[in-house]
Amino acid sequence: MPPVRIVVWVVEGTWEGCIDAAGRSIPSGAQVALLHVTPSDVTGVAEAASAGLLGRAFPGRRPSRSFQDVADEAASELLGAAAARLGRQDAELLHRRGRVEREVIRAVAENVDLLVVARDGDHSRLGPHSLGPVTRFVVDHAPCAVLLVWPDEPPGIESIPPPPPG
Amino acid sequence: MPSAIAESLAGLLLVATLVCAIIRPWGLPEALVAVPAAGLLLLLGVLPLNEAAAEVRSLAPTIGFLAAVLLLATFSDRFGLFEAAGAWMATGSRGRPVTLLALVFAVASTVTAVLSLDATVVLLTPVVFATVARLRLRPKPHIYACTHLANSASLLLPVSNLTNLLAFSASGLSFARFGATMALPWLAAIAVEWLVLRRFFAADLIGHTEASAVPRRPAPVYACLVLGLTLVGFFLTSVFDVAPAFAALGGAVALGVPLLRSRRATVRDVGVALQVPFLAFVLALGLVVKALSLHGLGSLVTHLVPGGTSLGSLLLIALVAAVLANLINNLPAVLLLLPVVSAAGPGPVLAVLIGVNTGPNLTYVGSLATLLWRRVLRQRGEELPISEFMRLGALTVPPVLIAATVALWISLMVVG
Repeated sequence: MPPVRIVVWVVEGTWEGCIDAAGRSIPSGAQVALLHVTPSDVTGVAEAASAGLLGRAFPGRRPSRSFQDVADEAASELLGAAAARLGRQDAELLHRRGRVEREVIRAVAENVDLLVVARDGDHSRLGPHSLGPVTRFVVDHAPCAVLLVWPDEPPGIESIPPPPPG
Repeated sequence: MPSAIAESLAGLLLVATLVCAIIRPWGLPEALVAVPAAGLLLLLGVLPLNEAAAEVRSLAPTIGFLAAVLLLATFSDRFGLFEAAGAWMATGSRGRPVTLLALVFAVASTVTAVLSLDATVVLLTPVVFATVARLRLRPKPHIYACTHLANSASLLLPVSNLTNLLAFSASGLSFARFGATMALPWLAAIAVEWLVLRRFFAADLIGHTEASAVPRRPAPVYACLVLGLTLVGFFLTSVFDVAPAFAALGGAVALGVPLLRSRRATVRDVGVALQVPFLAFVLALGLVVKALSLHGLGSLVTHLVPGGTSLGSLLLIALVAAVLANLINNLPAVLLLLPVVSAAGPGPVLAVLIGVNTGPNLTYVGSLATLLWRRVLRQRGEELPISEFMRLGALTVPPVLIAATVALWISLMVVG
């Protein structure tokens, strides 16, 4: 039987909790890949703003490194830190760019048994809205099993409001 | 030449000028089409020589002012002002994304107001991006804040936006009165942006990291001092009835001389920072728009724009200006609208500025630029997901437009 293949989706802000939860849940023989997606609209928006200056974004004033280079470097550092935290230096590191939700689904479309995802919505109580729109799309559309974890201590059961009367 | 042909020719040349300025084929300077276009209109008599001379006379001081502000921003960057601001935001945020966003708002609004939106887009945004990346926080809210505030927070001072500089001479206001009248609209626009962005990006303002990831940098005290004095100088010029461009020039010299002496900048750098082709472009664009407004479009705009300073009129003026800025770009829009509204006093002129400055957040930078920029990206094999930007624009631009215009109406009653 081929080894279980697991993808952990690493996102800024929630990655530490996500990696810790994954570390507790991943069987030792599993193949692990760490995935990060750089949203292409962020770099695109920053560059388009320069285009709107009608030539005032003169080449001599452009930053020495493109937004894309900075984003790529940050992504590989983040994935490296995630692999170190997980204690799995053999983990495959996947860096993609594009529409985040689409790229995550594409990355787990084939031969993936489990996707580990952190909640990134309101974490002051147990739902509703504990998922941001991008994460909600991923959970909705994932073609594999999904392990949904809290990036920090989950709120207590008392945080659920009482049911409406009647 | 029949007026219809003259108008079509001027219109065609305006589009050609703008298209070349945005896509800059083979990296050629934007003046390459603009200057011959203006020359052609002069040669064919579409633009009479005396009208052209009057336009050049009215634009020249503005272009000098613009040159000084461009130098001021570039020299501040050489002193490490923006790197220091990045380190300060990282430390001040203590690794909390919402605090960081608040600091990005404060810095981007100040930089835009004092050193112009160019400085925010070209010099500050890359620093914010690198800072957020080092803090391992999500970049989206902070980058969108920079691009939005470069437009919305450019209402405060004549130096904040080239459109303001153009309107400043037409408005007849002093520097101090301009700033005093626009303070409330500026704050209103920033407040609305904060409320919407904070909610819109709630899911991306998550997590908590170590702020020590970004090394501390000492603030460039000398550069800050010079900028502070330049700002005081701007206001003092209105007391002594001197052109505020001299304050900007003084600041640029005070920053430039030590840089040149210590060889941290060369004469060539100064030449590049001055952007002579761009200054020529602005002048030529002014002439092309002048030709267009002489032949029909001016009277069309006159019909669209109401006179008077009632709240309704101001809102309508701001709306027309915002629509026009989105259709063509805010620079030609303001050149087209100013002659029409300037007779009605400073209120309508400032309402035009609210429209042309905050409106472009709806379609990036004017729909023409957006279309062209998407084509450029597609040729590079990249995609620019535009839906989120447009959604955010639709949520912010109308309330910003209304809040800032109502604030202007109140301001005009209080400041007069």
